[in-house]
Amino acid sequence: MASLADPAILSTRGDGTRSLSVAFAAMVAFFAVAPFFLYPIFLMQALCFALFACAFNLLTGYVGLLSFGHALFFGWASYLCAHAAKSWGFPPEAAILFGTFSAAVLGLVAGFLAIRRHGIYFAMITLALAQMMYFVAVRAPFTGGEDGIQDVPRGRLFGLFDLSHEMTMYVFVLVTVLAGFLLIYRIINSPFGEVLKAIRENEPRAISLGYKTERYKLLAFVLSATVAGLAGALKALVFQLASLTDVYWTMSGEVVLMALVGGLGTVFGPVVGAFLIVAMETYLAQIGQWVLVIQGAIFVFCVLAFRRGIVGELAAFLRVKL
Amino acid sequence: MFEIFGIPSQALFGQLLIGLINGSFYALLSLGLAVIFGMLNIINFAHGAQYMMGAFAAYLLLQYLGLNYWVALIIVPVLIGATGIVVERLFLQYVRKLDHVYGLILTFGLALMIEGFFRNYFGSSGEPYQVPNLLLGGQNLGFMYLPTYRAWVIVFSAIVCFATWFAIERTRLGSYLRAATENPALVRAFGINVPRMVMLTYGFGVALAALAGVMAAPIYNVSPQMGSDIIIVVFAVVVIGGMGSILGAILTGFALGIIEGLTKVFFPEASNTVIFVIMAIVLLVRPAGLFGRTA
Repeated sequence: MASLADPAILSTRGDGTRSLSVAFAAMVAFFAVAPFFLYPIFLMQALCFALFACAFNLLTGYVGLLSFGHALFFGWASYLCAHAAKSWGFPPEAAILFGTFSAAVLGLVAGFLAIRRHGIYFAMITLALAQMMYFVAVRAPFTGGEDGIQDVPRGRLFGLFDLSHEMTMYVFVLVTVLAGFLLIYRIINSPFGEVLKAIRENEPRAISLGYKTERYKLLAFVLSATVAGLAGALKALVFQLASLTDVYWTMSGEVVLMALVGGLGTVFGPVVGAFLIVAMETYLAQIGQWVLVIQGAIFVFCVLAFRRGIVGELAAFLRVKL
Repeated sequence: MFEIFGIPSQALFGQLLIGLINGSFYALLSLGLAVIFGMLNIINFAHGAQYMMGAFAAYLLLQYLGLNYWVALIIVPVLIGATGIVVERLFLQYVRKLDHVYGLILTFGLALMIEGFFRNYFGSSGEPYQVPNLLLGGQNLGFMYLPTYRAWVIVFSAIVCFATWFAIERTRLGSYLRAATENPALVRAFGINVPRMVMLTYGFGVALAALAGVMAAPIYNVSPQMGSDIIIVVFAVVVIGGMGSILGAILTGFALGIIEGLTKVFFPEASNTVIFVIMAIVLLVRPAGLFGRTA
């Protein structure tokens, strides 16, 4: 049976790290130049979603656990960061840390429940837990219901940099997202990451080798939730808004789409996928509900004919790691 | 009028009735999911969208062709079931050999397409659908008022659930089905056309969802998002019950509807979340689900 996120490359030239370094340099160069051609706010949105999709990919692409509830961590971190910055007057770095830490705690609880079941049950449980927390967000007094938390102050980073300046904010978002990206890269290439991949390929065998796979899965879940939370907290500051959209199931679906389009289980796939999907939604916004239809069609197409995603296909074609 | 635990009987039984109605739909939908999962190993995320299509089909038949509720109750499941068969032929037959989650992702995509399509043409406000004349009015039972249509929904869905259970567990055709669930290759070797059976099973599961949609039309507004609202709750129901048992799916559906109704009376803030909380508790206590075999 084909497992989720089949390793795209069976044989690569060299040890594969050169292609990764080249691709990483190209990505950094692109994002360094991009604000001169594209709207910074669009780029920041794409960067936040790229980090979100990378976090999702850590769990789904590398451990093979499909989470259909990642909006829970993204959206709640967004709410809590916005609340801390606006109502408690936290400086931006503290507000983001608070949102991220909350996502880690939520990830610990949700992960503890979800890893008790496998496969599609895991997906259904994460979806259901996220929907529960969506209803909590609808009811909770501090979230502002349909209005969300608006006019979140961006504040001064470390008391020095004024983030209300668009380019300063852009640099801050870029540096944070790249740090998150490198953290995930470090995780998947650590001995811990190798065990995760072993669980993806054959969990019973990993258990028979003496690994306590439950613990590995739980830690991977918490890490994924934490980074997703970091992305959500950043997004709250970028848009100065936290709203119900970010905790709704459609958001969980969108991150699946981004990772799938870019390539599950690839290092750069989620970034490419997030960029494309955000671009599509931005430029097709005027055609209203058809966006939903197009998204659905992309899902169907990817599952039937394009399971490696863009970066996965590219890597297989060039026979390199990407 | 009298009071129970300080709650007027009208309110208590009224909410209990709403709970039973919701439970009827949970039961019908989780039954369809279980039947499809048993045969195709696919969790049909489009189930909610197909339920919504059933409701819309009934609405459109009445609006444009003047065909009433009773005709819709027969035609709509056949029509929407046929679209299900097309979906199985076009898409699902190709993902059965892949990891199960691909089926989930694919049907999620289908659900988005269907919902987007209906939102585009009908907006998201929703359309009303009249209760059929024969079932108008209601009975005053003394402790509560029972609208006839709601009684009909509960009784009829219980009958449909029972009939499905009977067909699968007690007939020859059902035994083929169960055998093919256990070992499709062997059943094929006996000369039974398993791919066709898989196709028809999916069509049947979809027809069940459409039937639920027709029954739901006069109770809830017919709206494009009615499917996605309910399907996630039904997923939680399925996690609680486990998909190993048809009867388990039915009982869990009804029971959770009632619990949800009671929560509305005693602790209204939690009525949206109670089923998910129960899911979490069941996962802690009995990870395989109440009626489940470990997946």
